[in-house]
Amino acid sequence: MSVAAASASELTRARVRSAWIFLTPMMIVLALVAGWPLIRTIYFAFTDANLSALDNTRFIGLANFLEYYEGEWYGLLVDPDWWNAVWNTIWFTVVSVALETVFGMIVALTLNTAFKGRGYLRAAILIPWAIPTIVSAKMWGWMLHDQFGILNEILMGIGIISQPIAWTASPDTAMWAVIMVDVWKTTPFMALLILAGLQILPTDCYEAAKVDGIHPVRVFFKVTLPLIRPALVVALIFRGLDALRIFDLIYVLTSNSRETMTMSVYARQQLVDFQEVGYGSAASTMLFMIIAVLVVLTLTVGKVRLGEDAK
Amino acid sequence: MAEVVLRNVAKQFGNVKVIKGVDLNIADGEFAVFVGPSGCGKSTLLRLIAGLEDITSGDLLIGGERVNAKTPKERGISMVFQSYALYPHMTVYENMAFGLTLAKSGRQEIDKAVRGAAEILELTPLLDRLPKQLSGGQRQRVAIGRAIVRNPRVFLFDEPLSNLDAALRVQMRIEIAKLHKEMGVTMIYVTHDQVEAMTLADKIVVLNAGNVEQVGPPLELYHHPRNIFVAGFIGSPKMNFIKTKIDAAGPDGLKVGLPGGGEAVARVKGDGASAGDSVILGVRPEHLTTQSEGADTVLKGKVDVLEQLGEAYLLHTRLADGTLVTAKIPGDAAYNEGDDISLGVPNELCHIFRASDEIAFGRIM
Ligand SMILES: Nc1ncnc2c1ncn2[C@@H]1O[C@H](COP(=O)(O)OP(=O)(O)OP(=O)(O)O)[C@@H](O)[C@H]1O
Ligand SMILES: [Mg+2]
Repeated sequence: MSVAAASASELTRARVRSAWIFLTPMMIVLALVAGWPLIRTIYFAFTDANLSALDNTRFIGLANFLEYYEGEWYGLLVDPDWWNAVWNTIWFTVVSVALETVFGMIVALTLNTAFKGRGYLRAAILIPWAIPTIVSAKMWGWMLHDQFGILNEILMGIGIISQPIAWTASPDTAMWAVIMVDVWKTTPFMALLILAGLQILPTDCYEAAKVDGIHPVRVFFKVTLPLIRPALVVALIFRGLDALRIFDLIYVLTSNSRETMTMSVYARQQLVDFQEVGYGSAASTMLFMIIAVLVVLTLTVGKVRLGEDAK
Repeated sequence: MAEVVLRNVAKQFGNVKVIKGVDLNIADGEFAVFVGPSGCGKSTLLRLIAGLEDITSGDLLIGGERVNAKTPKERGISMVFQSYALYPHMTVYENMAFGLTLAKSGRQEIDKAVRGAAEILELTPLLDRLPKQLSGGQRQRVAIGRAIVRNPRVFLFDEPLSNLDAALRVQMRIEIAKLHKEMGVTMIYVTHDQVEAMTLADKIVVLNAGNVEQVGPPLELYHHPRNIFVAGFIGSPKMNFIKTKIDAAGPDGLKVGLPGGGEAVARVKGDGASAGDSVILGVRPEHLTTQSEGADTVLKGKVDVLEQLGEAYLLHTRLADGTLVTAKIPGDAAYNEGDDISLGVPNELCHIFRASDEIAFGRIM
């Protein structure tokens, strides 16, 4: 007994050792490229650092977040622009992820049926996702352009609008333009994740449903949806977290416009345009904390669900 | 009322002909079993009847009505799949009720149907469980229960017991036989298992490469196989085949030579046969005896391999011409491998097949 136990623990120790050998390089790289900037950012959040005079930095405690000065409150937490950015980000995340899920589901269900050339179509549908965001954002920027854009050209040609619309500049349409481009770009990713979920479904259930004469719509809601729920939840978490830190697409399409400004765009504006490294870092730190809390929440909820499945 | 009739039914996948013109009559309330080697088209034929595959040509009639273009539900069939095909996220109750909910029956009627089926199959204590919380046999019963509640005209089973262990198979086999008696509906059953086929069937359909080789009650197929394929397929271990020639044809049988000398007079109608024709002698392992005295004929050989089964033993015996003949003898073996042996061959239990087309001569009974 004790001999077996000893050799087992020896084996475990050897495994742990080789695990560390493999992990160490990755952890060093992560610490350098992710850990260090993160710590610097959090540190700057508690200072009055300025981009033009980084040497002359003072520690000012929580003043970047909230400060009471001569009868008035100052700081990030009372900045209406910040809360506007937070609201924009949440709105963007909820709407774009919801649309991507619905369209991704439709695409995945279509691709999951057997037809000729399915392989090519599966590859082709990934193209929007494979194009670098900066490229597709620029491309859409031109297509949405109020004077030279093809979208206005088409819509005016078929008589839906009589005047060119400044899609990305007009307050009414800017957010929707951004959401549309994001949906265009990310639906393939969603479709791919859902398709992966669909492909592992047991086919015999569907034959049983067919024999029982159950309507396909009912089969979708009562069989398919519950069965792909795990894959769907993973896809939703992935996309949700990704959408919360959206920057490139919005910055390229609408620059610093107030209508579409997200938390990331706000932080960049403070940090680079206004040179307020301290204040911008405070915004970045808040963004980091919001996402961290959401990750922890989703992971906890996810664990509870996994626990149920395992019983 | 719900007889199933196939008229020249054929099925083609692309260029591959899988079912090549099957004619079949299954009477109302009859238990028909499809058997045949793997890949011969048993499942395909069943799926054609179910409506899960399109019939390429021919007619399928259920209850006198042509149903080629009807959905499975309109055909009034229920199917039990080999893999059970239960919905993994639904409880036993929901699995059984799911197919009913859209039919116009009310909630109470559904409840009554499900609880009734659960009672028959002894599933009542399990109604709130998920499929993964059940044993294989229980899952299989749920799959059968789901088929019962639909109150079908025709029941289809595709190898429903092949995932179960031996003891459970016997138990479920008996339950299915009981179910057939109680419900009295037409059942069509696909299996690999000889014993299932023999015990359950009113009528066995032997399929081979998309063709029906023979249709008949189990014992008729056992005693009067139409050709070598059926003779070899029905019965286990398989019938022994010995190549030989006709020595003489008479009114009470065909006299054929045996390897290593001796002659057997097989009690078959030798119409059209004449001395010198090449034939194949068939004799079942369980019909050979080790009592050579008093036997009609004797086969001499050497025991090659001996297999003990407990209730019986198998003597794989090498004859003078190299043919391997298996004898199944009850009791414990009194022989060793390498022993010389004489096997008794009963004339009235011999089969003779023409070598040219492998068709059997009718036996004189
Ligand atoms: N969808 C299909 N496309 C092409 N060929 C098929 C298809 N389904 C079945 N076949 C072919 O048809 C033949 C009969 O298949 P089937 O499943 O009916 O055999 P089976 O008798 O049920 O065999 P088993 O006893 O192994 O289950 C096989 O050769 C198989 O390869
Ligand atoms: Mg099969």
